[in-house]
Amino acid sequence: MRKLSRALFSVAIATGIGISTSVVSEQAQAGWAPKKPVEFVIMAGKGGGADRLARFIQGIIEKNKLSPKPFVPMNKGGGSGGEALQYLKAKKGDNHIIMATLNSYYTTPIRQPGLGVDIGTFTPIARMAEDTFQLWVHADTNINSVDDYVKAVKKAGKKWKMGGTGKGAEDSLVTAMLEKKFGFKVTYVPYKGGGKVAKELIGKHINSTVNNPSEQVGFWDAGKSRPLASFTPKGKLKGKWGKIPTFEELGHGKNMVYYMQRSVVAPGGMSDDARDFYTSVFEKVYRSDDWQNYLVKKGLIPGWLTGDKLQKYFLAERAKHKKLLGK
Amino acid sequence: MEIIGHLLDGFLISFEPLNLGLVIFGAAVGLFIGAMPGLGSVNGVAILLPMTFLVPPTSAVIFLGAIYYGAMYGGAISSIMLGIPGASTAVATTFDGRPMAMSGKADKALVAAAAASFVGGTISVVLFTAFAPPLAEVALAFGPPEEFALMMLAFATFIGLGGDDIPKTLFSIMIGLVLSAVGLDIVSGEPRLIFLDLPGFMHGVNFLVLAIGIYGIGEMLWTVELSKGKVMISQATVTVRRVLDTLKELLGTWKTMFMGSFLGYFVGILPAAGATPGSLMAYGVAKTAAKDPESYGKGNINGVVAPEAANNAASTGSMLPMLTLGIPGSPTTAILLGGMVIWGLEPGPLLFVEHTEFVWGLIASLYSANLFSLLINIAFIPAFIWVLKLPFTVLAPVIFILCVIGGYVPTMDMHDVWLMFVFGVVGYLMRKLDYPLAPAVLAIVLGPLAERSLRQSLIGSQGDVLTFFERPISGTILIVAILLFVLPAIKLFRTRVTTDGGRS
Repeated sequence: MRKLSRALFSVAIATGIGISTSVVSEQAQAGWAPKKPVEFVIMAGKGGGADRLARFIQGIIEKNKLSPKPFVPMNKGGGSGGEALQYLKAKKGDNHIIMATLNSYYTTPIRQPGLGVDIGTFTPIARMAEDTFQLWVHADTNINSVDDYVKAVKKAGKKWKMGGTGKGAEDSLVTAMLEKKFGFKVTYVPYKGGGKVAKELIGKHINSTVNNPSEQVGFWDAGKSRPLASFTPKGKLKGKWGKIPTFEELGHGKNMVYYMQRSVVAPGGMSDDARDFYTSVFEKVYRSDDWQNYLVKKGLIPGWLTGDKLQKYFLAERAKHKKLLGK
Repeated sequence: MEIIGHLLDGFLISFEPLNLGLVIFGAAVGLFIGAMPGLGSVNGVAILLPMTFLVPPTSAVIFLGAIYYGAMYGGAISSIMLGIPGASTAVATTFDGRPMAMSGKADKALVAAAAASFVGGTISVVLFTAFAPPLAEVALAFGPPEEFALMMLAFATFIGLGGDDIPKTLFSIMIGLVLSAVGLDIVSGEPRLIFLDLPGFMHGVNFLVLAIGIYGIGEMLWTVELSKGKVMISQATVTVRRVLDTLKELLGTWKTMFMGSFLGYFVGILPAAGATPGSLMAYGVAKTAAKDPESYGKGNINGVVAPEAANNAASTGSMLPMLTLGIPGSPTTAILLGGMVIWGLEPGPLLFVEHTEFVWGLIASLYSANLFSLLINIAFIPAFIWVLKLPFTVLAPVIFILCVIGGYVPTMDMHDVWLMFVFGVVGYLMRKLDYPLAPAVLAIVLGPLAERSLRQSLIGSQGDVLTFFERPISGTILIVAILLFVLPAIKLFRTRVTTDGGRS
């Protein structure tokens, strides 16, 4: 079947309506190109921010024919990404696997030493952007500001339900940040992905979330949810996202900042040629108009990093998260 | 009225030559993708997604929708013909479809599956057209307690799924639940039940591995034992007359068809559920409600009609949360969602307002995809029947290879292939000992969904169990589930009373 569909695909290409923005000649100059479909592992469930982003990247690669073989997304979201990390570890030396990461890339191995995963052994490919977080409530509430929010939470106490992804994942760290700053405690309910969390807020099963922009933008545009503040330094976000006040602007200090890195890594022991191939593919994705527009529309902060610099960044972030998790 | 206008516009779009061609092509490709074990609609849509960059977004989604629909039809084919579920959505079709094929009624089973799929598809598209926005609200109203209640309802229909031997059914459910708990804990992320520290268990026990093992390998062992090395050829024929007779017979199953369609559709619109639980639940309900439950699993035509109507209805249903909420209701819609993002369409509440052409073009195409899938399917039935006429000595190796491929493809891990063999042998032994197998398969599908929703509900309510009864939707569903659990006990009690009365 796969053969048939590939045949169909090539027929479709051969019939010549193909988009010829960039010709597939990279593999010739780079010396290495994938010989079979590349597994594009996603550390999260379907429908969340990480998933949509990875599929969007896959789309840019397909659309611009950046790779002679397709990138096939595979969701391995189990156990806060532990499933994906284990998989990557087991596939050491495999040149046909890459993985889209989020911050559970550092937090999950810290929280689960039993996994035996050391991210320092993986091959860094590229950091595509840093995603941001906002504090969201349902638009039907009369909570219009962070002050209203703090008052409401304090009144509700443990009855206040904050939805998020797995325990110890980004959402729970941001929640802990809020709790520490404003001196309240909420009940944190974990869901399988940010998309599900967003839906639960709109269905009023939870009271607030710290979703990424891409997860809430559809509901925000439809007037169903309301962002109260961004966990970013001031002036970093553009467009409509820049109009949301940051915690810093609201006078809550400079520390209320948290990012989600959106990067691509590969298993340890990948050949240098293969690494260079993927790095050049993602550099082209990064430079594409599609990607740059996406960053503005979906409230992400650009930030290209690769090679040793990226590995250094990962290790520094890991150290920072060790502190955040108190380990 | 406005909706009908939109829909007519949609039909005009779907009948444009390019779109109509894509629907027919997509339905045919989908049919074959669905019929290949291990290559369900998920893989089909994922593989063909890149092709859609060559055409406008509306045509692209029409094409993928047609593949999705075709695959739903196709899944039944290998379930019936070979006893291997072609896709997870078609597992329930194996329960009665395979026995029908074994007793020379393969053509009937195939026609029943196609007709039920058509009815399920049509009803769900009508429901979609008329009630999409209010039903999106229903999907939103379903929080963790409601999901848990729904899962309990599904478990309650299990009791109807086993033979009449309730202890053996419970045993089978427990096995399924234990297997579903293997892997990384869904809330804390800690590994659980990793047998022998094998890394392959980290991703849990894949449901298809169990289903293909039990039904594909187990079935083959069973047939080998029955035939004792003699060459077996199924008696199967197909004539226009027989098809017409079957269609007449199908008129008698309209209740099952409607039940399957509505149930499938409603389960389909709930994010996280999708077509597989929908088809299994429809089978359970059909059996529980039947006057002759003991004939299920032995080749009852209703046992093919219920899951096939439900899985097609659910596949339309799962489009709803995708389009209105941006949350995929099934793995396949998750891929479609990825496609929409690439085409620059933002799924969410505004899609219906800002991209009416896209939405209604898609819905109208679902109608035509449904029709063409039916026609293509019926046209190919003689070819499928021919496969059945092969001697078992030829067919068995083919089934074996298809099972291995089907076990390997979803995770690309040899661990799963070995596991599938183990399940095959265990399934064969369980069958010899007269344990019902379907409840185990159901438990492994619904177990993780039930566990997660239970834990989320209890975390949210600070451990208060009453939360399930305080909410109107979950309370009502749970009470129905409890009644269904108690029903067999009451029946048992009543028959005992009457037989005792007869004696005295």
